[in-house]
Amino acid sequence: MSAVKSLEDLRRVKEEELERRKARAASSRAQITVGMGTCGIAAGARETMQTILEAIEDENLGDIIVSQTGCVGLCEWDPIVEVAIGQEPKVTYGKVSPEKAKAIMREHIMESKIIRKYVIPAYA
Amino acid sequence: MKPIRSLVLVSSDPESIGRGAQEVHRRLQRAIEAADLENEVVVSMVGDVGRHDALPMVIIYPEATIYGPVTPENVPFLVEEHLVERRIAAGLEASTRELSGRIAWLSARRGTLPAEQRIVLARAGLIDPENVEDYIVHDGYEALAKALTEMTPAEVINEIGKSGLKGRGGAGFPTGMKWRFVSQTDDYPKYIICNADESEPGTFKDRLILEGDPHSVIEAMAIAGYAVGANEGYIYIRGEYVLAQERLATAISQARQMGFLGETIFGSDFSFDIHIHAGAGAYICGEETALIESIEGKRGEPRSRPPYPTTHGLWGKPSVVNNVETIVNVPPIIQHGAAWYRRFGTSNSPGTKVYTILGNVNVTGLIEVPMGITLREVIAIYGKGMQDGASLKLAQTGGSSGSIVPASLQDTPLDFDSYARAGVSLGSGALLICNEDTCVVDLAKVSLNFFKRESCGKCTPCRVGTQRAYQILTAISEGVGTQQDLDDLQMLSENLTEFSHCGLGQTASVPIRDVFRHFRAEVDAHVQLKVCPAGACPMSGQLAKAA
Repeated sequence: MSAVKSLEDLRRVKEEELERRKARAASSRAQITVGMGTCGIAAGARETMQTILEAIEDENLGDIIVSQTGCVGLCEWDPIVEVAIGQEPKVTYGKVSPEKAKAIMREHIMESKIIRKYVIPAYA
Repeated sequence: MKPIRSLVLVSSDPESIGRGAQEVHRRLQRAIEAADLENEVVVSMVGDVGRHDALPMVIIYPEATIYGPVTPENVPFLVEEHLVERRIAAGLEASTRELSGRIAWLSARRGTLPAEQRIVLARAGLIDPENVEDYIVHDGYEALAKALTEMTPAEVINEIGKSGLKGRGGAGFPTGMKWRFVSQTDDYPKYIICNADESEPGTFKDRLILEGDPHSVIEAMAIAGYAVGANEGYIYIRGEYVLAQERLATAISQARQMGFLGETIFGSDFSFDIHIHAGAGAYICGEETALIESIEGKRGEPRSRPPYPTTHGLWGKPSVVNNVETIVNVPPIIQHGAAWYRRFGTSNSPGTKVYTILGNVNVTGLIEVPMGITLREVIAIYGKGMQDGASLKLAQTGGSSGSIVPASLQDTPLDFDSYARAGVSLGSGALLICNEDTCVVDLAKVSLNFFKRESCGKCTPCRVGTQRAYQILTAISEGVGTQQDLDDLQMLSENLTEFSHCGLGQTASVPIRDVFRHFRAEVDAHVQLKVCPAGACPMSGQLAKAA
């Protein structure tokens, strides 16, 4: 990390990072994000994350980015897992137990089939 | 009972009333009953809906369809088409045009999750909190850059002042004014303190911000430091928030490496650094002067005010103390301007408010909504209705020190002024929703138990008052309360408010006062009839248990 000394520096860091992301997104097929706030972790997000990482290793899925994020506030639905395949809109799954995580990896990630019954419903 | 399917709101500002809104409301109720939908559809008057071109307006959720102007004669057709046939009532829809206020906010979010399109929580749950690049990609540190390179400190304070931002910790003090007080003193050094000692039962909004978006707190504190002339900041964080502390520490060290903290930030001559200070679990340390004492290494007991921290704060120096939620409003205001910020919320309480919603609703969690939304809307839209179709009895806002809001106030806009006029307070952002099975004596007892345990014991009104009030409430809940007990409770409540040294004792009286004000008959039933109407109290008749 280089020190940011001006607004131009900040813009440059941002541009470079966006470029890096574009390159990474081009070479990856899917992005998985797990909500890891205290509430998510208490509901079992660590186990869910572990399951996802194991599934990636078992199936040799090198082209998937897994990242963590904070709590979004939908605590009722923790653990929450977001899946985005390519440029498609992201899908937000709720109450993702390790078993559900396995199913999501199998069906959504490997076969591109969204598991509707696990998706958190929109509010309005 | 079926869960509530639709929420029908009728505008009831003076102009709507003049054009027959009350008759529309009455006919809606009748038509809904005639269609046998009264268990599935809620109708209510909502006040000013934010646009005045087609009054009276009828808004139906969850579809957020806006009809207007609606005459009483239109009502049967509207109910038949929209609520029975579930299609748009042709010809009645209001013209689409720019909306304002909470209606605009809700309409723009049709078909999304409550987690999308937010201001304060924009990045929480979206970015990786341990990755500073992720923050930068999502416009992070741009507000700090703008403040330091394009604005003078006075301009920053002016912008915050114009935005109308008020403290979100509960008191609602204008943030711009607080900053101005500190900037006007010539006493240096000055300090920026972020109050992250979130201990009110049922609140966790600050934790979510700290865990999900720690860099925003750092950026906001640096902007505040620049505005008032402070070079040092403290984050006083609740000891139990371990994950938040770790993520803050990571974020601070990243910010130092990147040059967002330290010397000559963004090439200006402004320097700023932040320390984390963990609390040790005392509720009262969320009070700003007790918090300052605690940072100084003393017992966390409040100071007498005045003088206020704006002139005599940390180490006796001028200090800004801002709540986490308050201060993270700052970067978006600086970035987009005060005029943009004032588009959200009401004219006297602009912006949004973050609430934790819990209790007897179908969906609990954390929401960000514009100021001025009503409790009824929050429950119907975000809480997905009451659990098991029960009806609302009361809501406790802001944890134990908040108000007990009876169901009759559920159409009062949730903003500082409207709530103050109704004699209740918004509190720090918890909405505990209670159904008819909740006993108010039990609720007051639980609150007093909390205050009794948290009282430091320094002053008698609080030390003895909270203990004695708890004993009396316990006796009432056991069915052995007397008329004398009620009189004593009334007096204790008044004494707590008037004679306690600090806010803890003063607010300990709030649950008693509110229960007496709104639910006196229910308390009397416990004493005179020896009956708990809600069926929640033990009523064992044994005083021994009451001790």
